[in-house]
Amino acid sequence: MTKTYAEINEKIASGKAVVLTAEEVIDYVDKRGLEAAAKEVDVVTTATFGPMCSSGCFLNFGHSKPKMRISEAWINDVMAYCGVAAVDVYIGATQLRHSDPANMYHPGEFRYGGGHVIEDLVAGKKLQLFGLSYGTDDYPRREIRTLFDINDLNQAIMVNPRNCYQNYNVAVNVSDKRIYTYLGILRAKMRNMTYCSAGQLAPLLNDPFYETIGVGTAIWLAGARGIVYAQGTQHCSLVERGDNGVPVEGAGTLALTANMKEMRPEFVRGTSFKGYGVSLALGVGIPIPILNPEILRRTTVRDRDITACVIDYSTDYPEKTGKVLARFTYEQLRSGEVELLGKKVPVTSLSSYNKALKICNLLKSEIEDGRFLLSEPSQRLPLNQGMKSLNITGPAR
Amino acid sequence: MITKKIYLYFPKSETEKPIVYQLVKDYDLIVNIFRAKVTPEEEGYLSLEVTGSQANIDRAFSFLSTFDVDIHAGNKGMIWDAGRCAQCGACVVHCPTGALSIVDQSTRTVAFNEDNCIECLACVAACPFGACSSAF
Repeated sequence: MTKTYAEINEKIASGKAVVLTAEEVIDYVDKRGLEAAAKEVDVVTTATFGPMCSSGCFLNFGHSKPKMRISEAWINDVMAYCGVAAVDVYIGATQLRHSDPANMYHPGEFRYGGGHVIEDLVAGKKLQLFGLSYGTDDYPRREIRTLFDINDLNQAIMVNPRNCYQNYNVAVNVSDKRIYTYLGILRAKMRNMTYCSAGQLAPLLNDPFYETIGVGTAIWLAGARGIVYAQGTQHCSLVERGDNGVPVEGAGTLALTANMKEMRPEFVRGTSFKGYGVSLALGVGIPIPILNPEILRRTTVRDRDITACVIDYSTDYPEKTGKVLARFTYEQLRSGEVELLGKKVPVTSLSSYNKALKICNLLKSEIEDGRFLLSEPSQRLPLNQGMKSLNITGPAR
Repeated sequence: MITKKIYLYFPKSETEKPIVYQLVKDYDLIVNIFRAKVTPEEEGYLSLEVTGSQANIDRAFSFLSTFDVDIHAGNKGMIWDAGRCAQCGACVVHCPTGALSIVDQSTRTVAFNEDNCIECLACVAACPFGACSSAF
């Protein structure tokens, strides 16, 4: 029994598609059996909502009178990259605000940065553009300061070189000093542990071999219809996998884009990690077409079938030793407490399962209402790709 | 006996007056101070819990109103903004009293129980989304 994208889209367009969330499908297949369920179910919705640094957006301001070729720019005092075109800039999620003391007085607070600029843009707030230029014959203006909001821009296009990490590390701190990381505050002597994955709802954990999610897949990005435009940076599919094919570490990633003017502020959130920096949390929903029973079977993955590796972020992570302290399933992690090296350790998440579930349901209703059609990927994501390290070469100094 | 959580703002003119002493002595209140702060501008903030009879608490509030002191009833020293909370749960392990906790395991919903909050502000540092903040 197989289905095609065209057949599924026809059912969606006529309002007859059967859509389940990645959570609902587990019980459904248990009750109905795989073959029967594969005939009935057309789409399974997956989602994630968590901080992911590799984000940013391209903005086009339109031309002032007289014209200006902006060579340096700050939005709400956060520097934007101007080496693009006269009035095109790129603002990255982790860029700090000008004069932020960073970690000069450790741990820094990092209250506002690129991620917050992106949040404010989507929320429709007024922001300040300050730009400088050296002036040319065709672009004589040398300085600009003005207020704007997203409606004043020609384009505001989110571009995330990396999102939807297939799986991720669980962080712990074995040292005797509190540390501050992108996985949150880690108390000394393993007094807490953090992870960041939607587990059984996460897109690439429901499609571990990238059979339906590829370049060209239509996605729900913070409420806007977007696409997967490339493999994500650090996409590394050649990793250890469990018997079910699910990776036990980072693995695959996706590069995503969508129109920010269509996004919902609830799902675009700047984040501040004390002692680390700023980032952006984004809501992503990805529909998986049930083309055959095997694809359906993979979407029934449960938290108890997905394993993640515990890494010591005080030494092993920064020193890149590759040491893994332990492995736990997401079911164990979500219970709120695990036993590590003979000690009971409380566990919390930085990824919001609550928001991911909400996105699964929002995408489900858009598909059920015929408002979201699926698209067949034009290119598969690489399956046999490793990850290079940066070797330091050149003369020793 | 009832217990009320309040926080007080003292302008510079009032910071040197022994107001809390009088709350204890003249109005027979049990006072539990969570947090006190004097800013560089010599304004004062005091977050506390008062326990006593309704009549004595009412009289104490009238007494406070004879000073140029702002009274904020409720546990307002720590503010949890439900709208900014992304329900990730990162705060839960840092909250020593369980005031912030996951109340629904199936949807992983985080909630704030004001009564349990002791205003240690550990959550302010732990929340990446800026949902927790201090009133002073």
